Amino acid sequence: MKLLDVELSEVRSALALVSEIVCPPFQTALLLMEQRAATEHLGGHLPTRLKGLDAALCGGVPFGVVTELVGPAGTGKTQFCLKLSLLAALPAHYGGLDGGVIYIDVESTFTSRRMIEMGASSFPEIFHSKGMAQEMAGRILVLQPTSLSEFTESLEKIKVSLLQNQVKLLVIDSMAALVPGSLAEFSRIPIVVTNRVRPQSHDESCLYPFQVQKMDRILKDRTRYYSHIVAVPGFHWAHAVTIRLVLEAKSGQRFMKVEKSPTSPPLAFPFTITPSGLSLLTDDGTEMVVPETCNLSSR
Amino acid sequence: MEVSKLPISATQRGKLISAGYTSLSSICSASSSDISRGTQTAWDMLQEEQESLARITTSCADLDNILGGGIGCREVTEIGGVPGIGKTQLGIQLAVNVQIPVEFGGLGGKAIYIDTEGSFMVERALQIAEACVEDMLEYNRFLRNDCQVKTQPKDILENIFYFRICSYTEQSAVINYLDKFVSEHKDVKVVIIDSIAFHFRHGFVDLALRTRVLSGIALKLMNLAKKFSLAVVLLNQVTTKYTEGSFQLCLALGDSWSHCCTNRLILYWNSNERHAYIDKSPYLRSASASYSVTSRGIRNSTSRSKRIKMMI
Repeated sequence: MKLLDVELSEVRSALALVSEIVCPPFQTALLLMEQRAATEHLGGHLPTRLKGLDAALCGGVPFGVVTELVGPAGTGKTQFCLKLSLLAALPAHYGGLDGGVIYIDVESTFTSRRMIEMGASSFPEIFHSKGMAQEMAGRILVLQPTSLSEFTESLEKIKVSLLQNQVKLLVIDSMAALVPGSLAEFSRIPIVVTNRVRPQSHDESCLYPFQVQKMDRILKDRTRYYSHIVAVPGFHWAHAVTIRLVLEAKSGQRFMKVEKSPTSPPLAFPFTITPSGLSLLTDDGTEMVVPETCNLSSR
Repeated sequence: MEVSKLPISATQRGKLISAGYTSLSSICSASSSDISRGTQTAWDMLQEEQESLARITTSCADLDNILGGGIGCREVTEIGGVPGIGKTQLGIQLAVNVQIPVEFGGLGGKAIYIDTEGSFMVERALQIAEACVEDMLEYNRFLRNDCQVKTQPKDILENIFYFRICSYTEQSAVINYLDKFVSEHKDVKVVIIDSIAFHFRHGFVDLALRTRVLSGIALKLMNLAKKFSLAVVLLNQVTTKYTEGSFQLCLALGDSWSHCCTNRLILYWNSNERHAYIDKSPYLRSASASYSVTSRGIRNSTSRSKRIKMMI
C-alpha cells in the first residue's frame, strides 16, 4: 500500500479482480463426466486388456493422473510397462490409443525384442503384416537418462514433444526423481511409474504420537515384510500418486494387488508372465483386508 | 459538564472530542458494546450457535457420533492421514451428503471441491451419489414417508463445483475468489480442499513466507465459513517429525499450521481397520471410531469387536 500510494479499498478490489482472473474456471462434476465421456477414449481410460483389473479400475489406467507400480525386483513391473506401451501405440480399432509413447528407461531394462515378441504373440494379425511392427515400434520413444539433471532436462523436452508428437502415454521405469503431478493434469494422458520397495522398519516412524503407547504389542509381530508405504522416496511421493498397483511373488505365485484406488476396493489378482505379456489367472480378484496389501512378502 | 473543562491532558481531551464525546453524560452512557465495535456477548453467540445446528453427516454412524452429528458449519475442520486411508473418499462423500434434502435431515446445499492433486475421480463420485439416492429411497420406504425423493445421481453431480488447481498461486487465487463465488451461489454449504498441503510442500524455499501465506489462507477460510455459514473441510498429508527422541507421524505443514484449524481429525490404521481420531477440538471429546470404505462410500465398519474408545 505504501509503495503504490493507493487506498486500501482499491488494493482490495485489485486483489479480488486479479484472483478472479488467475483462478482456473470451475466445472460441475456432471460436466466433467460428460465431457470426458464424449471426447476421450473410453471416458479417459487406457484398457490394460486384463479384464479383472480393467473392471476394478473403471475401464483401465486413467488419464491425467499418476499410476504407480510397486514391487520387489523380478515381479513383472517392466513387463507390464512394455505391454502398456504396446497397447497405447496400437490403432484405435484394435483398442489402442493410436498415439506415441514416451518411455523413460532409468535402469536400462527396455528390450525391443521382448516387446516385439509380446506384440507378435498378442496381436499376430497386426504384427505379421508388413511394416506394422516397424510402425508400432517407431511410435515408442525411449529415453535413457544417465543422471538426475539429464532426467529433469528430458522432462522439460517432454512437454514440447507432448504437443508435437501426439504422445498418448508416459512411462517412467523406474522412479528416480519426483514427477510433478501437474504434468499429468496438463496433458491428460496416463502416466505410469514404477518404484522400488525397502524393508519395513519396526519403529515408531509409522505411528502417530497417540499410538506410541501401544508399541510393544506391535513389535511382537516380527515377520519380515517389505513395506511400500515407506518406499523410496517416502510419504511425499506416495501422496502424489492416485492409483497404486502392488506386484509381489509369494511361494511361486505372483499377485497384482490394487492397493490404492479411488474406485476399487483392495483386490488381488493372481497373474503369470506369458509370451504376450501379463495375463490374469482369474478375472475375479479376491478382496483383501488392507493393510495386508501393504505388507509384501519377498520370495 | 463539558469535556473541555475536565482536568485531563490536552491529548486525551482532543481524542475524546474527535470521537464525538462532548459532555460528561455522553461518556457515562457509553456501553462497552458501543465502544468496541464488532463484538458480541457470549449469550448472543450461543443463540447463533444453536441456530446453526445443522451438521453434514459422513454416512458412518460411529464417525458421526464422535463428531457430534457430523462436520459442523461455521468452522474449519482439518482431516489428515497416510496415503490410501480414505481422505479423498471422505471428501467426495461429504460433497454428496451436503446435498441431502432438508426433509431427510441434510442441508440441501451445494459443494465446492478444490482439487490440488488430481485425485477426484468422477466415476467414484457417481457411484457414491447413486448409493446416496438408493439410501434415501430405502429410508423413505422404511418410514413410509410422503416426501418424494426427487434428486437423481446426475443432479447431485451437477451441484458439485470442481476447481482443479495446479500451483500455489492458483490456490491462493481460488481462495480469494471464493468470497465472490459464494456470494453468487448462495446455497454452497461446504468447501472441500483436497489437499491443502500439496503445493506448499515442494518448491517452497522460504519457509517463513510459507507460514505467512498459510496463516493468511487459514484466516480467509475462517472468515468465509463464518460469513456464509458453511463448513470448510481441509484434507492434509502426513510427514514424520522428530520428537522425544524418535521419528513419529504427524500432519504436514508444520506446527504453526496446526493451530489454524478449528477441529482436527486424524485417520489411521489400527489392526487392519480404518479409524478416525479427534486430535483437536474446542468442544468435542478426544475419541476414536472405526469406519470402512465400501463401494457405496464411507460406512460403518462391520467388525465385531468395534467400540468407540474414549481417550483421556
